[in-house]
Amino acid sequence: MNPGNLLKIAIKALKRNKMRSFLTMLGIIIGVASVITMLAIGQGSKKSIQDQIAGMGSNMLFVMPGNMRMGGVQQGSSSSQRLTVADVKAIKTECDAIVAVSPEVRSSGQAVSGNSNWPTTIYGGNEQYLEIRSWDVVSGRNITDTEAESSAKVCLVGRTVADELFGEGIDPTGETIRFQSIPFKIIGVLSKKGQNSFGQDQDDVIIAPYTTVQKRILAQTHIQSIQMSARSAEESELAQSQVEEVLRRTHKLRENEDNDFEVRSQEELATTMTSVTEILTILLGAIAGISLLVGGIGIMNIMYVSVTERTREIGLRMSVGGRSIDILLQFLIESILLSVFGGLIGIVIGFGASAIVEALTSWPISVMWSSVILAFAVCTVIGIFFGWYPARRAADLDPIDALRFE
Amino acid sequence: MKTIIDIANLKKDYHVGEVTVHALRGVDLKINEGEFVAIMGASGSGKSTMLNIIGCLDRPTDGTYLLDNVNVAGMSKNERAAIRNLKIGFVFQSYNLLSRTSALENVELPLMYNRSVSSRERREKAIAALEAVGLADRMNHMPNQLSGGQQQRVAIARSLVNDPVVILADEATGNLDTRTSYEIMSLFQELNNKGKTIVFVTHEPDIAKCMTRSVVFRDGSIIREEDVKNRLNAAEVLRTLPVEQD
Ligand SMILES: Nc1ncnc2c1ncn2[C@@H]1O[C@H](COP(=O)(O)OP(=O)(O)OP(=O)(O)O)[C@@H](O)[C@H]1O
Ligand SMILES: [Mg+2]
Repeated sequence: MNPGNLLKIAIKALKRNKMRSFLTMLGIIIGVASVITMLAIGQGSKKSIQDQIAGMGSNMLFVMPGNMRMGGVQQGSSSSQRLTVADVKAIKTECDAIVAVSPEVRSSGQAVSGNSNWPTTIYGGNEQYLEIRSWDVVSGRNITDTEAESSAKVCLVGRTVADELFGEGIDPTGETIRFQSIPFKIIGVLSKKGQNSFGQDQDDVIIAPYTTVQKRILAQTHIQSIQMSARSAEESELAQSQVEEVLRRTHKLRENEDNDFEVRSQEELATTMTSVTEILTILLGAIAGISLLVGGIGIMNIMYVSVTERTREIGLRMSVGGRSIDILLQFLIESILLSVFGGLIGIVIGFGASAIVEALTSWPISVMWSSVILAFAVCTVIGIFFGWYPARRAADLDPIDALRFE
Repeated sequence: MKTIIDIANLKKDYHVGEVTVHALRGVDLKINEGEFVAIMGASGSGKSTMLNIIGCLDRPTDGTYLLDNVNVAGMSKNERAAIRNLKIGFVFQSYNLLSRTSALENVELPLMYNRSVSSRERREKAIAALEAVGLADRMNHMPNQLSGGQQQRVAIARSLVNDPVVILADEATGNLDTRTSYEIMSLFQELNNKGKTIVFVTHEPDIAKCMTRSVVFRDGSIIREEDVKNRLNAAEVLRTLPVEQD
């Protein structure tokens, strides 16, 4: 029989049992829709993390005290106090692959203005801090190095802090706020960055000269980390090794001693972070894949029922000259139609679900064409694989037995 | 006269568990072109088994069988399917029409499995076959919109559509009342008069009288073979039958 007629017969058979066909397809629909949505979410969250990390700064590197690679070994309290302003100065003068460097200190506390107060975090840096962290000042001006040297009580506020203390959209430049009882004059407002992928509000910050935070709030001489920008993304590795060299010397580490600090780059961070989401994506995709498998078994089940129901029809078709291959194809096409049509509906629903997730999370979710093609191919394979045994059973029937079947 | 069916020493055994059933025990049978042969005999005597082998639905355990001068006894499943498609027409007791499929499409079915017939040719032949059984005006009806007799006519049209060398009918009037049975027999006689070879299994001696020769089976062997004397004309019988009224 020619393929066109086989297709017509299959469509007719599926239409005859519309509800049953739909329920059979449901497994595939759910499977495909969830695979596509899971992969899209995975891809979206990965992209969002990459964007976030890119937005953290430009070719950023940072030094943290201690050695994370030492894992469980207890770090002496001194090791977290190893980084100093002297380290920053050494890096500034000696590392030519570094174009900007700033100390960083931070403290959490209550910011107060009049009778409003708001819990937030204050970060201390120098004039280059904003540039390194890719932050712009939308009104007012940046901190100057002179202010950093003189521990001036000035600060920049993030949009959230401004909104909470002064009211939505109001420009508080020139006002004074108190952070842990210390008055700070607001010299500028930071541009809005929004939430990061962990749901943290990046605009919930105050930035002040590091010396001010060190002396007046924390009363400490060491710094918590060093933030830097490499000249270019390509030179980030070179910068990393230059910084390492300088710090080993300033920290007077001997040949056989491990680093008591850690230099990380933005790129490294991106790789670690995205590898986590990649594993999650694979895991979710695999779970969704199992539902696809269950859908395939559903098709197989219904195809067996269909073959049994139509045994006499099969006998008749054989008696008028239908060969085994004709019967095999008739049922195989039916099961492929079920799974491919189910797959198509699943793809449409997958697109819809991805759009909903995108709207809810504001992640840059996009359905990958590769996953659509994959879903389509998998459906065809499922149709053939799970349709094969029932179809084979139909084709192997003896015409007389089939005709006699009650 | 051309011999259509030439069977010699044909045997068919069925094995059911330990038991072997000898359904046919060495049958010799020759059927010539244009014959209308009744196969009679008690239930279980091997009539259907014989007809299924003649129709290449089943293969014999032993013996030779030439259909239209071709040895079909040793053919594979697919070869037999092709032979059925080109040379055989079946009419069953229970019509065996595809449900929710129009009369026309039911009649077209055998030609669907013949790739050398175009779809236009297929339609034309199916319409011609339906005309030959007097159902041209019902070709778009579904089986459930037709009476038993009409359904059997559609089945006969289906058996005709590939212009087979022989039409095989297994108790084709078994489900019909007397009047309808004679209507169907009248149709078969008409086809036979036009030269079709027909082999017809029946229990009813009166129906067998409409044919040209009767072959009687008992216990897997032919016990009697004779030409029909005083052959009945089904159309005339119909005229003498009272039209049922209620
Ligand atoms: N598939 C089978 N397996 C086992 N035995 C079978 C099978 N088909 C037929 N037989 C046996 O073969 C013998 C002949 O059967 P067949 O169907 O040819 O009889 P029949 O003459 O057509 O009877 P009826 O008039 O009742 O239709 C019977 O004894 C039957 O039990
Ligand atoms: Mg029988």
